[in-house]
Amino acid sequence: MPATDLLSSQGLRLDGRRPNELRRIRCRLGVFTQPDGSAYLEQGNTKVLAAVYGPHQASKSKLSTEGVVVNCQYSMATFSTGERKNRPRGDRKSQEMSMHLRQALTAAIKTELYPRSQIDIYVEVLQADGGAYCACVNAATLALTEAGVPLRAYVCASSASMAAAGAGSAGPEPLLDVGHVEEAAGGVVLTVAALPTTGHIALLEMSHRLHMDYFDIVLSRAMQGCRDIEVILDRAVRDHLAEGWTKQDVMTI
Amino acid sequence: MAGLLLSPTEKNFILQGVQDDFRSDGRSNIDYRPMELETDVVSHASGSARLRLANTDILVGVKTEIDTPNPDKPGLGKLEFFVDCSANATPEFEGRGGEQLANSISNMMQRAYHSSQAFDLKQLCIFEGKQCWKLYIDILILECGGNLCDAVSLAVKAALFNTRIPFVKAALMDGGNIDLQLSDDPYDSKLLNVGSAPLLVTLCKIGDKCVVDPSAEEESCSVISLVVGTTGNSKFYCSQEEAKKLPNVESKCSTIGMNGAGSVAPKTLKDAIQQGLEAAKSLDKALGQALLRERQENISFKKHSYGFLK
Repeated sequence: MPATDLLSSQGLRLDGRRPNELRRIRCRLGVFTQPDGSAYLEQGNTKVLAAVYGPHQASKSKLSTEGVVVNCQYSMATFSTGERKNRPRGDRKSQEMSMHLRQALTAAIKTELYPRSQIDIYVEVLQADGGAYCACVNAATLALTEAGVPLRAYVCASSASMAAAGAGSAGPEPLLDVGHVEEAAGGVVLTVAALPTTGHIALLEMSHRLHMDYFDIVLSRAMQGCRDIEVILDRAVRDHLAEGWTKQDVMTI
Repeated sequence: MAGLLLSPTEKNFILQGVQDDFRSDGRSNIDYRPMELETDVVSHASGSARLRLANTDILVGVKTEIDTPNPDKPGLGKLEFFVDCSANATPEFEGRGGEQLANSISNMMQRAYHSSQAFDLKQLCIFEGKQCWKLYIDILILECGGNLCDAVSLAVKAALFNTRIPFVKAALMDGGNIDLQLSDDPYDSKLLNVGSAPLLVTLCKIGDKCVVDPSAEEESCSVISLVVGTTGNSKFYCSQEEAKKLPNVESKCSTIGMNGAGSVAPKTLKDAIQQGLEAAKSLDKALGQALLRERQENISFKKHSYGFLK
């Protein structure tokens, strides 16, 4: 059942956004020097750091002759949530998140280029305010790009929800980029990780129930979000590269 | 440090420099490299700070919880340190790989904060014997470029300086239950008195002199390092008028630890501790000034928040 009170009669959401608006995304590549690639991404109040090491020789137990092994670890800082977490990683939710991350990122990486190798991707959630998984995928893409790992396309993730037609509210209307308040309100959350340039979906996950009639519009709204995010990520990568180039120029002169 | 090869001549150059109190990068033996510090970076925590010293990156978040005090210390609050070595720093920390290092740092911090002269736990008391505040000090190591103890202690002190604890009115009801009343206004909160909180200084022994904040080259010339924890001076953390009213206190050594394979002569040890006290004092002063300046900017709405985007 879609939640009824997610849209006001003016068609605005709980945090003042319109249904098709993303939260503000700010990001930076190359935050750290030690990893091969690193990125920081803010999506509203959700803040995520990602670091990539590799490709390097795979450990014996993981080695695969087919292609590169993608190793992901999702961890949340103990102070990232409203209530303090006791363990930053190792709990069920983090393990599930790690698996989903690997699923989405393996789809984008050209794994066949590096047999017998391993790429480590570590994401750290500094502040969680809904949509942590989406922010992690987006940050990991940026970190992979900075590390120079060959990708088929950017992989972007976005979530979408559904606001039902209620008394005095505009609707039914799909909502893009679900925040923590909307998640907690109990509406459906559809998370999609996609390669927007090719239109392929790498991961799709849905919680709560949704009528099949609405599925298409919710999915297309989430895909629209992925395309919007791709534009933002692409601009960040280009800016970063341009910046690096000028700095190097100065060094050589 | 892997991949760092120094010839005997280079090592000798560093050693001679340390003897003359003039290091290869132009610092004296008690000078630190430049640091970046920003407080209030995590909005879900009561207080937070991020510190970057060369390649070391530390993020500290303080969370508060109401707890019952220990029966043998009814008037005191509680502090708990938790260190998390993020795998972002190095792949070796993946899973439970960083636990040993994390435990050694959190034990060191716990020991340094244990003394009542280092941190006054009475300010965390709500109702004697019944309720107190418990501060969870969560330290996240995001990048590991050496000199962790110093960076962690600075970041923790900055985060505690930034911590706001809500005002709570407690009344004893019949049956021994406590009734807590919390204000509706989230800004109705108090700051902690952290002036005397300890700082850790790592001294690296090179020849028979010691240096603080060693670079990677200097670290490879040294076999043993000494960690000295000294209490801070409250005068550096308040305005000048208030500082005049405070009594003079000498900083005291609250913990000492040693790392490494070598050994130290008693004379060198004594000199090193003295040097550690001196370094901690100048560090404390600089930290106090930086934090007060940031608070002033915050009050006048001039503060620009950078986070990780700079």
